[in-house]
Amino acid sequence: MAEDIISVAGRFGRIVWSVAAGFAAVVAATLSGIGASGAVSLDAILSDTPPRELSAYGFFSDMAAHRPADGVVPFRLNTPLYSDGAVKMRFVFVPPGKQATYDANETLDFPVGTALVKTFAFPADYRAPGENLRIIETRLLLHRDDGWHALAYVWNDERTEATLKIAGAKVDIATIDAQGVPLSFTYAIPNKNQCKGCHDLGGAISPIGPKARNLNGDFAYSDEPANQLDRWAALGILAGAPAAAAAPAAPDFLDAAAPLDARARAWLDVNCAHCHRAEGPASNSGLFLTWGETEPVRYGVNKRPVAAGKGSGGRLFDIAPGDPDGSILLYRVDSVEPGVMMPELGRHLPDPAAVALLREWIAAMK
Amino acid sequence: MASFLSRAALALFMSSAPVALASAAEIAIEAGDGAAERLTEALISVKPGDTVRIGAGRFDLTDGLSLDVDDVVVKGAGPGQTILSFKGQSGAGEGLLVTSDRVVLEDFAVEDPKGDGVKSKGSDQITFRNLRIEWTNGPDEKNGAYGVYPVSSKNILVEKVLVKGAADAGIYVGQSENIVVRESRAEYNVAGIEIENSMKADVYKNVATHNTGGILIFDLPNLPVQGGHDIRVFDNDVTDNDTANFAPKGNMVAIVPKGMGIMVMANRNVHVFGNRLSGNGTTHVLIAAYPNEYEDENYMFVPRGVYVHGNTYGEGGGAPDGEVGKTISDVSGTPVPDIVWDGVTTIPEYFSWTSAENRVYVDEAEGTTFVNLKMISQLLLPWGWWPDTDISGYKGSLPEPAPVKLPQEGGA
Repeated sequence: MAEDIISVAGRFGRIVWSVAAGFAAVVAATLSGIGASGAVSLDAILSDTPPRELSAYGFFSDMAAHRPADGVVPFRLNTPLYSDGAVKMRFVFVPPGKQATYDANETLDFPVGTALVKTFAFPADYRAPGENLRIIETRLLLHRDDGWHALAYVWNDERTEATLKIAGAKVDIATIDAQGVPLSFTYAIPNKNQCKGCHDLGGAISPIGPKARNLNGDFAYSDEPANQLDRWAALGILAGAPAAAAAPAAPDFLDAAAPLDARARAWLDVNCAHCHRAEGPASNSGLFLTWGETEPVRYGVNKRPVAAGKGSGGRLFDIAPGDPDGSILLYRVDSVEPGVMMPELGRHLPDPAAVALLREWIAAMK
Repeated sequence: MASFLSRAALALFMSSAPVALASAAEIAIEAGDGAAERLTEALISVKPGDTVRIGAGRFDLTDGLSLDVDDVVVKGAGPGQTILSFKGQSGAGEGLLVTSDRVVLEDFAVEDPKGDGVKSKGSDQITFRNLRIEWTNGPDEKNGAYGVYPVSSKNILVEKVLVKGAADAGIYVGQSENIVVRESRAEYNVAGIEIENSMKADVYKNVATHNTGGILIFDLPNLPVQGGHDIRVFDNDVTDNDTANFAPKGNMVAIVPKGMGIMVMANRNVHVFGNRLSGNGTTHVLIAAYPNEYEDENYMFVPRGVYVHGNTYGEGGGAPDGEVGKTISDVSGTPVPDIVWDGVTTIPEYFSWTSAENRVYVDEAEGTTFVNLKMISQLLLPWGWWPDTDISGYKGSLPEPAPVKLPQEGGA
């Protein structure tokens, strides 16, 4: 069994996921790069009527093993979005002969025909997070002629097929947390509108994750670990990128060796800024948490809330420097109460690693 | 000839209409098994031009609803018959979120959402009609912030809605443009009706009663849209706003004292006229500067051009509440006059004058009481002054903004 390593941020901190069982294939398959005769169906990606079944796209040569087909490249993000501790497997398909265009700040500019594929799974026991994964759903972002489309496919128990679910679904998850304590909760698969609740840039659906700064890190490909930007360029699916060393890089928010400010801003960028930016669904808050925001009041420092309601928690400022317990931002990230918790969508459980980081960051502010 | 004209008009209408009305369909959602999922799915798969008709009965939702399709009507069987209950809600920041254009929401109730009630974000031509938004447990700081909540939208019509129990504002319009709020009722909210950081609003024939404050016209700093202006507040009944403030601390409305009638803060060209005010224990009308420190060089913290005239005032001012009530009554005495202006000006104006279009004008019937507290800058501190209670010194007028016309009512 291959001992490839994929790092994921899990429910209770950093989890080194030793890829086991069928998932070793995930990585091994990438070396074939972009095969012109890939089994992926561009017709399915571009169709106005999406296939009811995930297999119709041909993203996986082996559905049960989640083995990607030719031209389907796995990737990871330096700091991922927290989704109730779900383990995520990400893949990108760029049509043969086409390339994404590099962008230093925004999501890479992917060509029509691109598919971004993200599978959500939960381990039976977080003490062994790479084993006994229960695959719940695979979300697709498909770039058609008229823009991006967001779809969620829900897997059957046999892990042989996933079926399109427009209205979302709730799934009961029973697992064991990293401390060995049984953990049960209801996981929400988003409906089509909820997808846009986050994937909305200026009114149009848009990918969020694959930004240069968040891709600029190593991935444990089966031949050797390599920088993802460099590898994408070598595979011919990315154009215009500088050498990775010259591209911006956001840290892994759990990397204690990285500067505190960068770790906190990386976490906020990934977990909040898709809404909290001038072009996003929470623009009216005036709270902008993008990586590039340099004006402290705009990212919350001594900023009063506008529409927080009970989300204020009786606190006066989004961030009160030096006073984590006087900061609305921390209160809302720490809450699991609907109407208070942030993000509003995609989370039901606390994210203690993030809360600890933000607490440390605010406490250190002068 | 007549028939030719009407056909021509019809053709013109059809060609300019964004959708082919011939294809319009009605999707009926009845209460019962799986109703929540059917409704959720209908609001996603509805086509432009369609109507989603929600039947009578109670719909128990566990998640927020959302609509992102243009040209849709969502219609219930009446605000007492079709009840969308969010008591068991476990996700989303509001009951119903609309992000599309030319949408009409009418004839249903939203009860007990965990966050806001019915929100539109970035909508053009959005109508909220004959809705009831209610937190059924009464005033509680755990209630959601806003009942009817259009934000970053334009061409907004709110009419005949009833909102009860919002922990911020019952009807709240923020960062929006071209707004009509009329014939609605707001009670037992912190703020009854609030127009914030918005332009061109007509607020009329509403009843705001038993809130903490009746009608608020505010402008706040550090927001993408600010500099609210051209607001008319007229022919409203603003009475007995006597609910203790239950907004969570940190929210702007948490400063509003119980018994506030109409409050204008840091806005421009606001006309308050023909309203009937009584039973407001702090004061009937307060005109004030933004009271907090802020960091925003584009923000104007004092009200500019406010014209208060032809209102009728009943009993009031006898029970000034909270910090604001105390600040006022320490200067004015009790009962507090019908109309209070904090008198705050910018520093240069304090040492020179305020131009005519930026002044505060009051023209009321004989016997109406008034005080200019003559506070300076943002410091609510007295400094070598005495309050001015001579209402005759504030006579004058400002040109009234034109009535707001909405495209959904055939206006420009």
